[in-house]
Amino acid sequence: MLRLVVRRLLFIVPTLFLVSLLIFVMEEVVPGDVGRTILGPYAPADRVAALDHQLGTDKPLPERYASWLGGFVTLHWGESPILQQQVFPVTMQRLWNSAQLAALALVIIIPLSIVLGIVAALRRDGILDRVITVTSLSLTVVPEFVSGVVLLVVFAVILKLFPVTAAAPPGSGPLTRIHYLILPAIPLMFVELGYIARMARAGMIEALDTAYVRTATLKGLPRRRVVLNHALRNAMVPTVAVIGTQIGWLVGGLVVVETLFNYPGIGKLMADSATFKDVRVLEATVLVVAAIYMLSNLTADVIVALLNPRVRHER
Amino acid sequence: MSFLPPAMPGPSSLEELAAEAAESSEGALRRRYVARRLLRSPTFMVGGGILLFWVFMALFSTHVTKFGPLDIDPYHTLKGLSRLHWFGTDENGRDVLSRTLAGARSVLVVAPLATLFCLALGGMIGLIAGYYRGYADEIIMRFVDVLLSLPVIVAAIVVVSALGASTAVVILVIGVLFTPPVARTIRAAVVAEREKEYVAAARLRGERTWFIMLAEILPNVTSPIIVEGTVRLGYAVFTAATLSFLGFGIQPPSPDWGLTISQERAVIQVAWWAVLFPALALASLVVGANLLADALRRVLSE
Repeated sequence: MLRLVVRRLLFIVPTLFLVSLLIFVMEEVVPGDVGRTILGPYAPADRVAALDHQLGTDKPLPERYASWLGGFVTLHWGESPILQQQVFPVTMQRLWNSAQLAALALVIIIPLSIVLGIVAALRRDGILDRVITVTSLSLTVVPEFVSGVVLLVVFAVILKLFPVTAAAPPGSGPLTRIHYLILPAIPLMFVELGYIARMARAGMIEALDTAYVRTATLKGLPRRRVVLNHALRNAMVPTVAVIGTQIGWLVGGLVVVETLFNYPGIGKLMADSATFKDVRVLEATVLVVAAIYMLSNLTADVIVALLNPRVRHER
Repeated sequence: MSFLPPAMPGPSSLEELAAEAAESSEGALRRRYVARRLLRSPTFMVGGGILLFWVFMALFSTHVTKFGPLDIDPYHTLKGLSRLHWFGTDENGRDVLSRTLAGARSVLVVAPLATLFCLALGGMIGLIAGYYRGYADEIIMRFVDVLLSLPVIVAAIVVVSALGASTAVVILVIGVLFTPPVARTIRAAVVAEREKEYVAAARLRGERTWFIMLAEILPNVTSPIIVEGTVRLGYAVFTAATLSFLGFGIQPPSPDWGLTISQERAVIQVAWWAVLFPALALASLVVGANLLADALRRVLSE
């Protein structure tokens, strides 16, 4: 078990290194001059060259990569020439904003979709099961910005129940902030809903088919206790696994939802930095996101192992 | 998945021929059975109907609609729904109905081509990794793990921003990023298939490796390839539309749905129709593709 965790952690470090190298090389090889981007198309060539020299973007690639990497590892992430701000605090601030949005979505959708999945499993092949399965599957496959736009039109523009952006005015209380975050959180929930509910349903159906559930039923236990105490624990193993991998999907969803709702999170920061070729910010956001993605997958595997004694004792 | 008993090497050529004949007629029977099951499945018919509708619109919408998807009318911008403009007009006075119907074209070029690309590349990798096992398998699968270490959208944004957004780049990027899951699925199917007797028989006959992979194993893993292909098609539409929305896909003035939504987002409070209808169109296409995939998976995995 410990060996598994260590091996996976050792896999993460070279992967992040490879990703950072790839981004650096790709963004540099392609035409696109940092000084030119900042000063605009009409600036004289010598001023562009001077700015490039000042920023160090005229040095050879390996030298720049090495100096960037050294700074990154020691948390000196440098300054963004486009945002004119230090990269590290900006990234962390945006990450915190995204975490709030993601947390709101997860806190609501995880219990809800598990309950829906279990209800569908208990009414297997009935009308309720069909309705839950088809609805959740359809909501899951629709891109976040599509469901987001429909929600915006209906609830913000026509019914005027919610604001059309996600960022609450500075200094507003927690309730106002949550009110601003509800609409953006829903598309994220839709995408999670289908996967989690489907896994909960499949896990529950499998658990209900086992011998120990039959024993518990034949022993005369009430249905409630059979489902909640005997079947549920085992039904949750695949569900936990899929929730872990869904954290990664959530990151992709955040890029889209934050752009649609103009929310200052890490996803929007990443998309903007890619648009403006702001390599330092792009590196920072992508590496942070990749680390979170891989760590959440690892955490899911560990939790599954802890829940399942057969995996736990495996070498 | 094999639907047929593996062909045994017969003692005489006559018996082999008979077995082959039986096999082929059984294959035809199986195909007819699958076709009948699909035609009776409401999921398949609804999904297929939606897909056909959008394919038709992608090809012929400009002959059906009154206005061209790119026709600008500066005197009638942001007009609401009317008898002349059923879905209203956008900020450039373009007819939203014409643009919504014509918007199917870009997605239906990008998504199927990207799907074919990832099926070809992923199928090849899966065949090689699954057939050879050992070192080749190990190396290929580690590489697949690295590709999977980034969320698809994030990886796509990074690559497209570096290479520059164009239709060809988007097709290539989505195709490459969807290759690992395809390779995994095909590899799993090939691993199960290579242990069967007909593969051993072909090997004993002295067939070449590429012949065994392409002529013996490949026909027996078509079901997982078809299912994986339709599933990927749904994801490809999802990803292509999302990239367009983020500005890393199709470029203006295309009536592409994702692009239109991102551009008309600014005027959502005065002209909600300009974003709502493209959104509903895109939703219907994605749901249709996934219904089709679901029906195929159910029928083919029986």
